[in-house]
Amino acid sequence: MEKEEARLAWALVLPAVGAILLVALFPLVWTAWESVHLHNLQMPWLGRPFVGLANYIEALRDPRFWGALGHTAFFAVTSVGLELVLGLWLALAMNRAFRGRGLVRAAILIPWAIPTVVSALLWRFLFEGQSGVVNAVLVRLGVLREPLVWFIEANTAWVPVILSDVWKTTPFVALLLLAGLQNIDASLYEAARIDGASAWRQFRFVTLPLLKPAILVALIFRTLDAFRVFDLIYALTGGGPGSSTEPIALYTFNALLQNLRFGYGSALSVIVFGITFGLALVYIKLIGAELTGARR
Amino acid sequence: MNERRWWPIAVLAVLVAASAFPFYWAIVSSFTPEYRLFQTPSLIPTNFVLDHYRALFTQRNFWVPIRNSLIVAGSTTALCVALGAFCAYALARLEFPGRTLLLGAVLAVGMFPQISVVSPLYLVLRRLHLINTYPGLVLPYLTFAMPLTVWLLVGFFRQLPAELEEAAMVDGASRLRAFREVIIPLAVPGLATTAILTFVYSWNEFLFALSFTLGPERQTVPVAIALFRGQYQVPWGQILAAAIVATAPVTLLVLAFQRRIVQGLTAGAVKG
Repeated sequence: MEKEEARLAWALVLPAVGAILLVALFPLVWTAWESVHLHNLQMPWLGRPFVGLANYIEALRDPRFWGALGHTAFFAVTSVGLELVLGLWLALAMNRAFRGRGLVRAAILIPWAIPTVVSALLWRFLFEGQSGVVNAVLVRLGVLREPLVWFIEANTAWVPVILSDVWKTTPFVALLLLAGLQNIDASLYEAARIDGASAWRQFRFVTLPLLKPAILVALIFRTLDAFRVFDLIYALTGGGPGSSTEPIALYTFNALLQNLRFGYGSALSVIVFGITFGLALVYIKLIGAELTGARR
Repeated sequence: MNERRWWPIAVLAVLVAASAFPFYWAIVSSFTPEYRLFQTPSLIPTNFVLDHYRALFTQRNFWVPIRNSLIVAGSTTALCVALGAFCAYALARLEFPGRTLLLGAVLAVGMFPQISVVSPLYLVLRRLHLINTYPGLVLPYLTFAMPLTVWLLVGFFRQLPAELEEAAMVDGASRLRAFREVIIPLAVPGLATTAILTFVYSWNEFLFALSFTLGPERQTVPVAIALFRGQYQVPWGQILAAAIVATAPVTLLVLAFQRRIVQGLTAGAVKG
């Protein structure tokens, strides 16, 4: 009977798992294989000779690679940090308010649901030009003495990039945290109140510890997501000015499909994968038991 | 007590305004003549024109990317839900060796960066002459859509009471029959939510669509919009009109199914 069930199970999972193996895992192995070869589609006469770790060594000596890695890390830390703080705040507010929940849910879900390219362009438009709306408002409020050209310098170009990401993904974080908040037993707050705990102490000693798993999930999902940022920056700054906002995924894309350097681009891909995999391992260590262990 | 009550409302009001403003501004601007777009902005629109929308569908043939996106996202969703349902059912309900490992592997594949498979997929698709075709997008889309579908469906199947199918099996139905006749009908809401989310993710996908298409005849909506930007001039009016058009279908889906979507998004991640 058990054997029969196992056989049935494998028959059922096979099509989907087969598809995943074929389109995801097999290419991944291939990427690793490409990465130890010289393969330039612009110079087909060179063939595809084995070059060992030369591509990796080139990457490690490439200032643009380190720059891209730095931009990615900066983007991930800043945007995810802001999203967690804002998301927690929003989740607490949504948990309290009873009226207008539907409206709020719709208002925050729509930015989440639209294409990233679209949100990037909306934010580019807000900051675009000497007399764009952001410049106009900031000048009128007296924050800026004269309009800024936001996209001419890296420091200012990051502002719309980060804001656009925060605008788009804070909803997701807030919803995850809200689900966590709704799982907290109300009687705990009751007990804390009877013991005379202030609102801050209730937050600090009841809400935060019990919300930790949800915060962790949001943190890891968002970090992994932020680390592969591509669409947003491609459409918003194109990695510019120069390559000063270029993230690692965009640099890899350029190496592959602009310069057609498949060997080198694949080495970059493997590095991106390795970093993400490392982050994911931390994730699985921290909460994996909760995820896969929650079975009947 | 009163002072406690007002802050969530105030926070949420600010939030709604902040979420809505970029849309509001884009809608207003998409009806503004090009030469006025960057003149002293005023929050209330003055003269409405339909030029940008007209240009979008006549000069730019924006129907083509919309058709491409519908075909690619639709086929991806259909394929993933059809194959994923069986897989998810087995992972949620059947006991077999390697189950936990498989579940973990599906999750892991769902999280890995798309850029890491662009190079081999490009080479394979080129070899098979599938660059710039619909299958050449649907197949790569399975890399992220299939794990997503399976993961969401496992969550939904687990929520269904096991007694129902057990009762059916005691009555002599086989596993497969119990699945088909008891579980599937009960799981329709879950299947629908999964389909919506898979569709939204596929509709929004950008990196693969940019990498594996060559020209406007197969470009999807996000790629078409991102490539509007000319070398010297940026046609902002048309870009914004296109942004509104691209946003409309997902917005309608979200408004119609928001409760379900939130359930699907949070169940997968928090409860497992």
